This record gives sequence, structure tokens and C-alpha cells, in this order.
Amino acid sequence: MSQATLRVQKISGHAGSIPGEDTQRQYTVAKLVDTTTCIGCKACEVACVEWNDMPFSPTTFDNTYQTMPETRWNYWNLILFNEYEREDGSLMWLMRKNQCMHCADPGCLVACPADGAIVQYTNGIVDFQQDKCIGCGYCISGCPFNIPKFNKETKRVYKCTLCADRVSEGLEPACIKACPTGCLHFGSKEDMVVLAKQRAKQLKDNYNFPNAGVYDPKGVGGTGVIYVLHDATQPELYGGLPSNPTIPLAVKLWKGPLKWLGNIAMVGGLIGLFVHYLRFGPKDRDEAPPPQGARP
Amino acid sequence: MSHLDQVLPHGRVLRYSFGERLTHWAAAFSYIYLLLTGLAIWSPWCFWIAAVLGGGQTSRALHPWIGLTFFLAVMRMYSMWSPEMRMTAVDKQWWRSLHHYIQNEDDKMPPAGRYNAGQKALFWSFFYGAILLLLTGIVLWIPESIPWNLRWLRLVSVFLHPVAALATIANFLIHIYMSVFAERGAFGSVIRGDVSLEFAKRHHPGWYEEIVGGSRSAPRK
Repeated sequence: MSQATLRVQKISGHAGSIPGEDTQRQYTVAKLVDTTTCIGCKACEVACVEWNDMPFSPTTFDNTYQTMPETRWNYWNLILFNEYEREDGSLMWLMRKNQCMHCADPGCLVACPADGAIVQYTNGIVDFQQDKCIGCGYCISGCPFNIPKFNKETKRVYKCTLCADRVSEGLEPACIKACPTGCLHFGSKEDMVVLAKQRAKQLKDNYNFPNAGVYDPKGVGGTGVIYVLHDATQPELYGGLPSNPTIPLAVKLWKGPLKWLGNIAMVGGLIGLFVHYLRFGPKDRDEAPPPQGARP
Repeated sequence: MSHLDQVLPHGRVLRYSFGERLTHWAAAFSYIYLLLTGLAIWSPWCFWIAAVLGGGQTSRALHPWIGLTFFLAVMRMYSMWSPEMRMTAVDKQWWRSLHHYIQNEDDKMPPAGRYNAGQKALFWSFFYGAILLLLTGIVLWIPESIPWNLRWLRLVSVFLHPVAALATIANFLIHIYMSVFAERGAFGSVIRGDVSLEFAKRHHPGWYEEIVGGSRSAPRK
């Protein structure tokens, strides 16, 4: 949805300059999700559905504490659950709040061909503009986190907006407001990283989690959602969080070298054929011209 | 059917039957639509084409269906023409003499049949291109239905669909150039079906021999 008070720094499928770029600076915002204090209550899921005015979505019970297998076009925020057995035989219930990661280098935006259908605001929020979406689904292929979801009725793609409408009015996202344990925090990316590192240090020093750490993957330029994990060396345990997410190579090749080579080949080919005609002309130019009224 | 059926009055000769012409234009119009809407999605600098053609959503919705039309037209071409498109010894010589062909020194070329080696290459590039474009295009048609653990299918398609398209575009440009500009009479032949005997003799001497010299097997009408 369009946010008049937010300026844009990146636009998908856009030729030329970005209107209003660098006219205003803002803090890059971030959510901090401390998986070590999440109790899996789903208050954030409900708050998300409620604030974004989504219809009721049927749930799937699969003998776990997870609402459904993955996020949906109208269910943007999902606590992923994993029962993990440690080496000493003890069990851990790992809960991870899954939603759009708001990458600094967003694969969805890079892959999108529709002008302005995906924008990144100067505060780092990546937002889909459904009125400009053409429903091609390239964002689905560009995302390393399986976040954009297609609606077959509207033929548009939807995902978490990081409550851009609330943030632009100085409010925290709905999920953050609903969290009862304080495992969710919202603020500037800088502050959130400091807070996350403090918590990770606490886990290492006082709680016997030597591998505790912060998840802020560099492969996508860092993310607008960062996690504190008990074991940052195995992010896959947390509902398949990729250890080194990047924009897929195929998308990078397609939008990079292939585009340049293709454009040079197409324009060069047109010029080459035109110059050939100027130099050599038609193949029968040495023959007598056809009589008047002859068919071509 | 006798090859003499192809010889028309006033020094004309039938080159393309009604069925061949219809198939050609089914493929041609669908390809041009696919090229334009494809270019719109290929580059932001061409996205205005989608606006002209009814908007990005319309282009995205119609591109796959027109793509199916194009694929069926190319498969019809395959059933009509594939026996004539096999490479022969003359074609190998033709490729070796390509520099003469480019410089319009047609008298130094080996005698091409109904299709010269370049036209055969065009045919096969469109045949294999259409298959690759269809396979990758189906994936890109319904990316939301490809499960996450099969996402490599999407990524392969994202890359190979434009690669295959670019390969056909190169051949398409040469095809337009040859038929509209370089060989006067070729464009009319795929609309009205006939060419002059001079055209047949100059560009397809092997085919001319078959029709007028009257020996070997009769070419398809």
C-alpha cells in the first residue's frame, strides 16, 4: 500500500532516476526477534491478521504448535515450530516468527519487471504495490525466503509490509505491539543490532548456549528482521532459515550479464543488418527492374 | 501429384500452399505479440509496450496463451516441413560458401533446394526454441504452484526462457531482413503463394530444377 510520508530509494522495473531519491534521510528500521524468549503464543499472528484486515484463514493441525505449513497471501506472519533433540537427549521447542525479512538487497525487487510494483522506502521497508503488480510471480523466484504469495483471485502477490502504514505514523508494527514476552523489539537497525548482540552475549555467558548469535545475513545486504538464535551456526533448525541466503544466481545472471549481452546483440544485430543493406542491397539488384504493375 | 501443378501462368510458380501460408502467419502474428510483450517484461525501458498493448496485467495474462498458439503453429510446421529440412551435402557446401552469400555473390553458391541451409537452420532454431520456451514458459506461467523444494525449476526457467527467446530473436531478425529486404519477392510469396521463375532459379536453383527440369520426386504443394 502506498505510504505518502515514506520516500522511496529503490523501485522495481524502473527506467531512469528515482523521484525524490535522497531528498530525505531516515533511520533504517528493523524488527528484532529473540527466538530464545518466544513462547509460541501466536499473538503476533493474530495482530497481523487483525491490523491488516485479513479474512479468517483456515488452519492446518499437524500435531505441532504451528498454525499452518507456510505463510499465505493473507497470512503474512507465521510462527514456525521445530522440536529439536540435543546431543544430551533433551528437547528444545524452537519457535521462529517467520515473515518478510525486508532485505537491504531484495531479490523480489530485483526480479520484478513491473514498474513500481515493489519499492524499498528510505527506512528499508520493502513494500509491494498491488495496483502496479502484473502477477508474473518473478518475485516468488527472486526471494530466498519463500515469502511472496500469489492470490489466484486477484492475480497479485502479497506479503508483510512491516506495517509501513503504522511505521510512517510513528507506530511500531502490529506484531511487535502484541508480543507479551518482549521477545519482539522494533527500532533503528543500529539499535536492534546492539540489543541483539547484548542478548547473544548474555546467552553465551550465563545460559550455556556457546553458539548463540545474531542472524543478519550479509548475502542479501543484511535484513530488516534480525534474529537472536540459541545456535547461530545452525539456522536451518529454525524452520529452515537459510544459513547463507542470496539473490538466486539465475536471477543475478538474467538481470546482469544476460540483459547486457542480449541488448547489445539485439541492437547490434539491427544496426548490422541495416548497414549490410546499405553496403550490399537486395540480392537481385543486378537484374532488370520488374515491369510496371508486377507483383512484388 | 505432378510437379507441373506448381507451375502457374505468366512465368510464376507456386512456392507455398494455402495451408503453409496460414501456418506461417499463425506463427508470425503470435511470435510478434510474444516478442513485444516479452520485451516489455525483459527491460524496464520497454515496459511502455505493455501499456500500449492493454497494460502489464493483460500482457502477462495473454502471453502464455499466445505462446501456446505459437507452439502449436511451430509443431504444424514441423509436421509439414521437417523432411525437407534435413541437412544435405549441398547444405554443408552452402555453409562453407557463406561469405559469398553474405556478399550477394549468389552465382558462387552451391545450388540450394526448396530451402537453403540458412533457412533450415532458422527452422530448427525455431523448432527447438519453441520446445524450450514452452517447457520453461509453463513453469513461469504458474510459479506459485511450484513447491519450494522444486524451486530450481523456477530458477532454471527464469534464466533459460530469455536465453531461448534471444536465440529465436537473432534468427527472427535475419528472417525478416532476408524475406522483406534482401530477396525481393519472398514476402509476397508467403502471402500470395507464388514466386517468379527467375526468383526460383536465382535463390533455389535445386528446387527450380525439380519443378521445371522435371525429374526427381515432386515437391509438396
